[in-house]
Amino acid sequence: MNHRAIRAIYLFEMARTWRTLLQSIVSPVVSTSLYFVVFGAAIGSRISQVEGVSYGTFIVPGLIMLSVLTQSIANASFGIYFPKFTGTIYEILSAPISYFEIVLGYVGAAATKSIILGLIILATAGLFVPLHIQHPVWMLTFLVLTAVTFSLFGFIIGIWADGFEKLQMIPMLVVTPLTFLGGSFYSIDMLPPTWRTVALLNPVVYLISGFRWSFYEIADVSVSVSMGMTTAFLVICLVVIWWIFRTGYRLKN
Amino acid sequence: MSSIISVADLSKTYGSGFKALKNINLDIKRGEIFALLGPNGAGKTTLISIICGIANPSEGKVLVGGENIQTSYRKARSLIGLVPQELHTDAFESVWATVSFSRGLFGKPKNPAHIEKVLKDLSLWDKKDNKIITLSGGMKRRVMIAKALSHEPQILFLDEPTAGVDVELRKGMWEVVRTLQQSGVTIILTTHYIEEAEEMADRIGVINKGEIVLIEDKMTLMQKLGKKRLTLHLQGKLDALPESLSHYELALCDAGATLVYDYDTKGERTGITSLLGDLRTAGIRFNDLDTTQSSLEDIFVDLVRTS
Repeated sequence: MNHRAIRAIYLFEMARTWRTLLQSIVSPVVSTSLYFVVFGAAIGSRISQVEGVSYGTFIVPGLIMLSVLTQSIANASFGIYFPKFTGTIYEILSAPISYFEIVLGYVGAAATKSIILGLIILATAGLFVPLHIQHPVWMLTFLVLTAVTFSLFGFIIGIWADGFEKLQMIPMLVVTPLTFLGGSFYSIDMLPPTWRTVALLNPVVYLISGFRWSFYEIADVSVSVSMGMTTAFLVICLVVIWWIFRTGYRLKN
Repeated sequence: MSSIISVADLSKTYGSGFKALKNINLDIKRGEIFALLGPNGAGKTTLISIICGIANPSEGKVLVGGENIQTSYRKARSLIGLVPQELHTDAFESVWATVSFSRGLFGKPKNPAHIEKVLKDLSLWDKKDNKIITLSGGMKRRVMIAKALSHEPQILFLDEPTAGVDVELRKGMWEVVRTLQQSGVTIILTTHYIEEAEEMADRIGVINKGEIVLIEDKMTLMQKLGKKRLTLHLQGKLDALPESLSHYELALCDAGATLVYDYDTKGERTGITSLLGDLRTAGIRFNDLDTTQSSLEDIFVDLVRTS
């Protein structure tokens, strides 16, 4: 394995984060704090508790997932799209590096950034509401799994996109609505039965449910189903990436 | 001299059905400078892209240093440095960081002394901390070469290295290439500037419409295909050529002041002696004459036109 190449890509991508610190870290933290002000304070004052947890505390896992999902996609898609856009991808493709190693470098960096961000948001949330994590290991497992899975998904979007418009299209038109409708700010048990059934078709429900369970032991679906669905999405992303590199789709003519 | 690159029956057909390369067979000798000439769209960049791993071949086999580029891609690619035609750079990285990144990408351990040498050789040392976006076009081109040399390749591909570069810088680039060859690096050069190939190459390959039209040692090529031109400056102007000279394919130029005669250097007889005799017989006098050798550019244009 070309460890040095993986390290070079990983450090190169992480260096971009530090160069654009405001955009990469500070901006999502500020917007999450605003969510707390709007949803936690304004709406939370009208909803006292959800399944025995104060509303402000209840939305913490959903808010973290919201940022981790969107940032994983944004980081990974931009990470691979930018070399395509500038043409520097030639260097990656002509280097003695396997597809797996390329993915490891880009997705590893994107997931690392999202995990750091998730932990920063968790710490920020601790300033607004009292937090107690029942299953910290499971919390970290869900966090890492989600960051890696959606970074892989972002990597696919970055390969597929042939313009900045497409790069934004899936995150804005698909992922953000799915996240908002995936129980970030409410329990799907609060929905009418029909809409609850519809909500179960949303894969983000399973991610947020499992993550929330690791905090408060309350979940919309069972933890094993959450873990199974997340793993299934991970496998689907891996298969698509394997196909992309095997065929050279949008990478090699 | 042994081959460092061996291309056999290589073809490339794009999804649109366009055949960019048709059954290419080519051997590049270790340590030589090989110039690949061809008009726009001839297939030069496609051929380089396949050898370097950027594009997939449709058919055929390529060996680099004896390693198959598809089954032993790690070994094959680690021998190659590529300077692409376009200036693809990470605008916000420093020169040092981007060159070091390239070395890491090729799996080489850090070697600041080597990076320093490369940057100094390319007159980039004083710019090592500058962001690439602040550099001129010529400097960016040298940064691309530095990146390609960062992992100490045995083969260097230079795809149009001096496109858009001023004459002085171009000559500086030629010096760099010659120095690299002296250090044992094999260089494959594509260029539009025939003078570049004429100046630097050991061997010339001409590609047109996806096919190799010719591969030849530069000097042999110029001797074999070179034509010479005899120009006679006449004492008096002629309105027309006399009938007795019609079989010579002469051209009357400069409003009848000069006679131009093209002849083949590879022919047993050039026809010059009999032409001069017939001119005297026809009473045509001249006060000066000169001969010129056709350039590689003339040869190239002829080849492309006829292929």
